[in-house]
Amino acid sequence: MEWTVRALQEQISAGQIRSEEVVKAFFERIDKIEPQVGAFLTLLKETAYEQARSVDEKIAAGQPVGPLAGVPLAIKDNLCMTVGPTTCASKMLEHFYSPYNAHVVENLKAADAVIVGKTNMDEFAMGSSTENSGLKRTCNPWNTSRVPGGSSGGSAAAVAARMCAAALGSDTGGSIRQPAGFCGVVGLKPTYGRVSRYGLVAYGSSLDQIGPITQTVEDSAILLNVIAGYDSRDSTCVSEDIAPVPDYTADLEQPFEGLRIAVVESLLEGAQIEVQQVIAEVLKIYEAQGAQLVPIQMPHFDYAISAYYVIATAEASSNLARYDGVHYGYRSSRAQDYIEVYSKSRDEALGPEVKRRIMLGTFALSSGYYDAYYLKALKVRNLIREDFTRAFEQADCLMLPVSPTTAFRLGEKTADPLQMYLADIYTIAVNLAGVPAASIPCGLDRSRLPIGFQIVTAPFTEQTLLRIARMYERCTCWHQQLPEIAQ
Amino acid sequence: MMKMSDSYTIVVGLEIHIHLATRSKMFCSCELVYGQPPNTRVCPVCLGMPGTLPVMNKTAVEYAVLTAMALRCQIAPLTKWDRKSYYYPDLPKNYQISQYDLPIGSSGYIEISQEDGGTKKIRIRRAHLEEDAGKNIHDAGGYTAVDLNRAGAPLLEIVTEPDMNSPVEVRALAEELRRIVRFLGVSEGDMQKGHMRFEPNINLHIQRNGQVFKTPITEVKNLNSFRALERSIAYEARRQYEEFLEIGRTLQMGNKKTFGWDDEQEITVLQREKEEAHDYRYFPEPDLVPVRLTPEWLAEIESRLCELPLAMERRFQREYGLSRYDAGVLTAERATAEFFEQTMRLGAEPKRVCNFLTQAGLKIANELSVPIDRLRITPETLAKLAQMVESGLVSTTAANLVFEQIAREGGEPEVIVREKNLLQSSDGGQIEVLAEAVIAEQPQAVRDVVEENKKAKKALGFLMGQIIQKAGGQVNPKLVSQILQQKLNALKGKP
Ligand SMILES: [Zn+2]
Repeated sequence: MEWTVRALQEQISAGQIRSEEVVKAFFERIDKIEPQVGAFLTLLKETAYEQARSVDEKIAAGQPVGPLAGVPLAIKDNLCMTVGPTTCASKMLEHFYSPYNAHVVENLKAADAVIVGKTNMDEFAMGSSTENSGLKRTCNPWNTSRVPGGSSGGSAAAVAARMCAAALGSDTGGSIRQPAGFCGVVGLKPTYGRVSRYGLVAYGSSLDQIGPITQTVEDSAILLNVIAGYDSRDSTCVSEDIAPVPDYTADLEQPFEGLRIAVVESLLEGAQIEVQQVIAEVLKIYEAQGAQLVPIQMPHFDYAISAYYVIATAEASSNLARYDGVHYGYRSSRAQDYIEVYSKSRDEALGPEVKRRIMLGTFALSSGYYDAYYLKALKVRNLIREDFTRAFEQADCLMLPVSPTTAFRLGEKTADPLQMYLADIYTIAVNLAGVPAASIPCGLDRSRLPIGFQIVTAPFTEQTLLRIARMYERCTCWHQQLPEIAQ
Repeated sequence: MMKMSDSYTIVVGLEIHIHLATRSKMFCSCELVYGQPPNTRVCPVCLGMPGTLPVMNKTAVEYAVLTAMALRCQIAPLTKWDRKSYYYPDLPKNYQISQYDLPIGSSGYIEISQEDGGTKKIRIRRAHLEEDAGKNIHDAGGYTAVDLNRAGAPLLEIVTEPDMNSPVEVRALAEELRRIVRFLGVSEGDMQKGHMRFEPNINLHIQRNGQVFKTPITEVKNLNSFRALERSIAYEARRQYEEFLEIGRTLQMGNKKTFGWDDEQEITVLQREKEEAHDYRYFPEPDLVPVRLTPEWLAEIESRLCELPLAMERRFQREYGLSRYDAGVLTAERATAEFFEQTMRLGAEPKRVCNFLTQAGLKIANELSVPIDRLRITPETLAKLAQMVESGLVSTTAANLVFEQIAREGGEPEVIVREKNLLQSSDGGQIEVLAEAVIAEQPQAVRDVVEENKKAKKALGFLMGQIIQKAGGQVNPKLVSQILQQKLNALKGKP
């Protein structure tokens, strides 16, 4: 059985195989693999089978079905769903049931997808290894002593281990691309404003974006087709008059003629040697197809991490203020007055990284410090945007590593938050600029850990991005590599 | 007690929160209705549920712009939203979406009427939009209950400069503002429903021996009636002066105190000794986009601007010769004022129409709790009725009855007058007979008139009354007076 979204959807809607059987096969894999990986926070067996049967009935009755008909998918647990809890991997929301479905969840349902479960993540999407989950540990399917990356670690691990055909994640500073890179799958962060954030539990509102984690570039295009588009409930979602939503699968197989690839030499130096070597090979594959390399400078790239940790934490400190034990979520039983309902509930239910970021953000917004931190960070953000604008005047895309290293060991960086923050060096600037970027598997290191490379393009040019990605994918077979655990 | 050499000026600036009368809340589509069971007018957005996002209510922005225009504010061509952070159980997100450095309106003024009939300009510092919080209810059996029906309601906050110098002026400003927002139709301004809340900042400038001492500023929180507003300021002025005599403290950075108002005892109660270093950590709301108020949009909003009530009041005095009081009553509501003007255009005597409207009209409208233009009477029928009184066809008393009937049930004045037999007699022959009878019956009164003594005037009135009574009221008083005069003059031997 081929496990891609494309293959499954084709066979299911043609009636060659029933969705129920597919779902059963996936749950069998989950039963076998999940105990070693720990990708899921909630499995939704019952509703998954219901959804599968309803798709099978539609097909049997000759009714039209959606583009994801009967295909088992997983959802990061910061996307609101009325089925099962929406925990954000936090004790604060461990028993929180959302009264509504996120926009993307509505879209998946309308496309007849089957949702098998909610995946683990760093608490409130704050982290790069999923080790900050307040509820569960997730291991990298390629090597269970390694982290899956984060914050969408559960989604990436689930796809890598083929416990679902594809998954949704969210990306604030690399949270889709980095775990996709660590797990050897395709991760796409669309342009800010391309996908509605309604129902995505906010971390850094001006940076958050939902995107697919898939086995192939084509699957990424299929999922983006379903989730992209205008939604009046998200004011930052861009209208289709301004940026129409094309069929992302339409000219995927058409190579981009005369492709110009921007490369920032100085940036590569910080990466692990094997990562550097693999990227060099990637570029050769493009050159062999007529692409031209354009060396460029990104003068403000170095400031991205500092600016990010001011802006994201400032927004987070405000976004997470609502988790106070008053209206929903965890409430301390030891509170004596209303101030203690706040302080004790938050103290007991939020993890150390979340607290660290709330404090950082609160400080950055405090009167007397606002200009020096938040305002300055916004200025840096503009300069970084300009860097990208200039890059895309000279080239059609920018290629970068996804992370300086392959998946690190569980526990390796938990003691040193700053080291952990630096793991996001290649992904963070993209969020500050709001541009789309994807992580594409391109090799394995000596320890058989996946390496990914990153393609970044101009705002709302996901179609181009995916075509460029496909140029590489069709010449290589890294995307077909499976971790041992999943074979 | 005041030291003989002291005199002081009260200095007051005011913050006013006004609930806008939009159909839905500021950032979600929940319907805005008052008096519903707790937490029934809520949705995931105004409950601040995880993952929800605000969507701006365009009408609220238009209402705010319209009000700012009426207050002669400069309108920001580009405005935005900011988050104001503080923790309180009635604030679900623990931040309020407000406007910080780019308020919709700034640097305006409002004209208020003064005791002597003149006007005074009070400068407006800013006018901005924000969302309201919910309500904490503290008597839920040892717990505090939270009702979020009001959470997310659109609030217009208006801040004046400290330009008011008496409790009366502050009240005049508050009342004028209420009249303006009701004229513009942007708020019901219903005080009972808490549509307007006031927070005055008060201090005194005390002149003593050629020096000026400024007392520390106090803020009185959450006043929701004009009376409380006026009294709290008067109370604070006395209290501050006494405190100054006792301890002589003067205005310094950070010694602002916050008071509440005890409506029963009519005293202010200290809430916060020192202005806490309140850090609201304002920053731009990332979930909303900035608002560009384009010239086209502004022009469209401006076209909804109407003549302001105070200007109209002054014009009614000038144009129609009405008293300040009458003009004030007519312009208390836009519906009344417009009804009046429409009737004027059809040709009727201003004072008479004014009386109909401000007496019977407002009484009935009030009874039925509708604006005056929702009564069954129209400017056309009112003009007709007024003209009938003027031409002597009906008496004022009868006309009031007709007015009331039309107001409640509708109908044409001519028809009702005929049906109810309210037409005044203009039959000279009949009146002459009655006049002769009364003259015969009342020799003393007749004598007083003929002798033109001190009681003459009163006696004449008495005789008139007797004739009208005999006619059962259905006579034209002008005609009675004319005929009676003729007969009495004959007795005096005058032509
Ligand atoms: Zn609502």
